[in-house]
Amino acid sequence: MSTEARAVHFPAADWDGGVHPYRVGHRKLGMWLFIVSDSLTFSALLIGYSYLRASNVWPTPFPFYPSIVFSSVMTFCLLSSSLTMVFGVSASSRGDKAAARKWILGTMFFGAAFVILHLIEWNHLISEGLRPFSLPAHWVSTFTTTDGQLPSPLFGATFFTITGLHMFHVTTGIIYLGVIAARVRKVNHEDIEISGLYWHFVDLVWMFVFPLIYILSVDVGGHLAK
Amino acid sequence: MSAHAEEHFAGSNKLFTSIWVWLLVLTLIEIFLAYKPMPIHFMLTILLGLSIIKAALIVAYFMHMKFERLSLILTIVPMLVVCICLMFVVFPDSFRASGLRYKFKETPAVAPAPEEH
Repeated sequence: MSTEARAVHFPAADWDGGVHPYRVGHRKLGMWLFIVSDSLTFSALLIGYSYLRASNVWPTPFPFYPSIVFSSVMTFCLLSSSLTMVFGVSASSRGDKAAARKWILGTMFFGAAFVILHLIEWNHLISEGLRPFSLPAHWVSTFTTTDGQLPSPLFGATFFTITGLHMFHVTTGIIYLGVIAARVRKVNHEDIEISGLYWHFVDLVWMFVFPLIYILSVDVGGHLAK
Repeated sequence: MSAHAEEHFAGSNKLFTSIWVWLLVLTLIEIFLAYKPMPIHFMLTILLGLSIIKAALIVAYFMHMKFERLSLILTIVPMLVVCICLMFVVFPDSFRASGLRYKFKETPAVAPAPEEH
């Protein structure tokens, strides 16, 4: 889209200043500000989790299969969905809306795969007996320290809150992308770019959730299996 | 001013694919590290370092920030970093809280009964 066409779409009256100070439209700026505030939400949750973890005996219960295999495949899905999204935005910038729609549908596919795998992974843990405020009995006996300190029951609370909020963001993102894909010929290029910003942000958050929640909670010696 | 050039979504699909490969490689390194026995603060530092690199790659290339105006970057990034750092102000309290924890000396599963001898 040319500068002139965009100038028509984002009239100077939007800002009353006659210029776009950041050279992005107000909707894109809005999405950036939303991303900043959402980053702070996730930072607060992850820092709260780290606080609890540092002040308690913390169980490290995740076996290689299913937990780490599942979460690694989920990471692969999210990273690939970001790639397809960026291809979609790139196609849209060339004016190829049909290709953009296909790439966005691909992104939604990977996002849905992520959510389904994550729900299966949740189901594993719930059927093992993990609850927001209590641990499965065999976790408690395995991770109680030699001087009798019990592992924190808040493991489930932090796990379900952080991964649950992230899963909610992915689900919302799939719906958002669905709307964009359905209206791809009506929305302009910048709207597609904005949906991409949101999607990449969801991917970005997972880049912190995955190591802090999963990698740091690996049951390295296989204590639970013994 | 080259306003026309900025309308184009900069970066080729080849560049984006190479960024994706880098992100996958860094993820594999993280999974490999999970099974390397090392002190938790080493592990945490390395994992967070890798995560910040991955986040920076995503923000710079996928979210296209590398190609945005400097004024936008300066508006968004420093305040976010400062706010997140400020959240760590209360963190040292977790070490104090760890010392205050009730010691469950009579856990049935582990501790022996004190009246035994």
